[in-house]
Amino acid sequence: MKLNGEDIKITSNALNLHYGDHQALRNINIEIVKKKITALIGPSGCGKSTFLRCINRMNDLIDTVSITGNIVIDGKNIYDKDVDEVAVRKHIGMVFQQPNPFPKSIYENVAYAPLKHHIVQKGAACDELVESSLKSAGLWKEVKDKLQSPGTSLSGGQQQRLCIARAIAVKPDVILMDEPTSALDPISTQTIEALMESLKENYTIVIVTHNMQQAHRIADYTAHFHMGELMEYAETAQIFDSPSNSITQDYIKGLFG
Amino acid sequence: MSHNPFYDPSLSARHRSAWLFKLFTKGSILFTLAFLLFFLFDMLKTAFPAIWQTYVQVDITYSERTVKYTNRAVHKDYRKIVSRAWLRNIPKQVEKNPDLMGKTLSMWVLADDQVDQYMKGHHHKLKQKQINLIEEFKASGKVSVEWNDIFFSNGDSKIPEYAGIQSAIVGSVLTLLVTMVLAFPLGVMTAIYLEEFARDNHFTRFIEVNITNLAAIPSILFGLLGLSVFINLFGLPRSSPLVGGMTLALMTLPIIIVSSRAALRSVPESIRHAGYGLGLTKQDIVKDHVVPIAMPGILTGSIIGLANAIGETAPLIIIGMIAFIPDSPTSIFEAATVLPAQIFTWAGMPERAYVEKTAAGIVVILSVLISLNAVAIYLRKKYEIKW
Repeated sequence: MKLNGEDIKITSNALNLHYGDHQALRNINIEIVKKKITALIGPSGCGKSTFLRCINRMNDLIDTVSITGNIVIDGKNIYDKDVDEVAVRKHIGMVFQQPNPFPKSIYENVAYAPLKHHIVQKGAACDELVESSLKSAGLWKEVKDKLQSPGTSLSGGQQQRLCIARAIAVKPDVILMDEPTSALDPISTQTIEALMESLKENYTIVIVTHNMQQAHRIADYTAHFHMGELMEYAETAQIFDSPSNSITQDYIKGLFG
Repeated sequence: MSHNPFYDPSLSARHRSAWLFKLFTKGSILFTLAFLLFFLFDMLKTAFPAIWQTYVQVDITYSERTVKYTNRAVHKDYRKIVSRAWLRNIPKQVEKNPDLMGKTLSMWVLADDQVDQYMKGHHHKLKQKQINLIEEFKASGKVSVEWNDIFFSNGDSKIPEYAGIQSAIVGSVLTLLVTMVLAFPLGVMTAIYLEEFARDNHFTRFIEVNITNLAAIPSILFGLLGLSVFINLFGLPRSSPLVGGMTLALMTLPIIIVSSRAALRSVPESIRHAGYGLGLTKQDIVKDHVVPIAMPGILTGSIIGLANAIGETAPLIIIGMIAFIPDSPTSIFEAATVLPAQIFTWAGMPERAYVEKTAAGIVVILSVLISLNAVAIYLRKKYEIKW
């Protein structure tokens, strides 16, 4: 499943993942293209979220997980012994299903991690970073007069954009999104989708979605997972118009899932 | 009557039983409330006289002889109505003010506790002769009932009119200070380790079970532990706030750990994930995000633990904090007593005057507990995070 002529950002080679005795991912080989949106689709429990969490080593937090194979980002296997998972997560931002701003001010939400990572110092530089991050997330106009009010006081869609701004502020290369709009109303979903379109200029985006129409609308490439296996991976148009795998075909048609 | 499609014959009986059930629940709360109010009212009524103290105006002679034999300073007839404790202070008065020597002055002097009880209309042991004397004094305005500052400025005394609660308050404060300084950081850190860092294995589960069990151990056993380990083994001073505080810290620890863990557990997992997703370290996440959110719960639990410790008597009796302490301790190494132990001591005294002092002591400890709870509620509100 090679994608010719594109810069590859993330490569997974023979990735297997077990939760205790249960194998959740089976021999995943995939190449994710730089500065494009890649959607991971599939029915519940197919392993798409698990795979997403392998890319920033979030699965390391679960005691019972064991992983074989590797994920290479920018030429380095992130599961190598000399790679610190905290550093990996700094380079790979993540947006979750439920908006989860810190119960602190909007400003602190964005500024906290960059200050910890010494990306900026307190003061004007930090203010600037907060502003540019909020602008990139399309939230600046709505919150510029209330940066000190709590991030949790915003609406669901605004909170999710705040979480995106917070992820961007750490200056990652990749943004992982785990069903970022499934808890949001259609209008907020539209805003976030438009935002992703603009973000892909600078970031490689991998999004897990339950919503096939969403994948169709925004993704450049789509990967279909089924029972822990990668069924088909191709350009979105090809997956939706002429899938070669029969299971993918049935899933796209809505026969199951 | 027209046909009613909603008619259900069983309903009237069900409604009746629901009404009865509601009555029972309401009844229990009223019953409890009535008891509580009765207790409070009775306690305040008994304690109220303790804030007043009787004084009499008599002639006091200051001389070489009366400094030596202080009860000679006052006329033989009046000796029974004047406080012995006040007379004992005559040498001190002279030392402070040498001009008094050789003078006879008409002074307002603390009355004997029996006179005080008579004035308050309580049971007393005065003889008819003394009663007549008091009535005479009253007629000439030589008796006065005044605000009892002795109760708050003195330590314990075997002479009731001279007994106060100050040394017990100071003892309690010092003891609880030791308790908090030890138990709060240890408890919160333990809770953070168990909740945030520890892996779920047999060892941590063993620790958990033991902490929960620790909370259920009778407090007197902690006293025995304090006696055998802190006093006998470590050789720390007996009856001291240091040992008392350490013993109470052992008792308070499980309360703080259990409540802090509950508070930490109630912090949504999504907050931790948000932190990991940003490449923060565990310490950043715990220190700056999880603990602040859990803080109101941690503080409330700790204050409840502290309130428990204030009322604790049994373990402190074992380590000797029931000592007779006339002067307030000035450090945590001196012998001291605590409020509940002081109340316990007074409750066992035969003199009628100690009844009101006991009640007043209880009112003091209740006020401390109520203020602590108020502080807990205030802190909870102040640091509460609005989602």
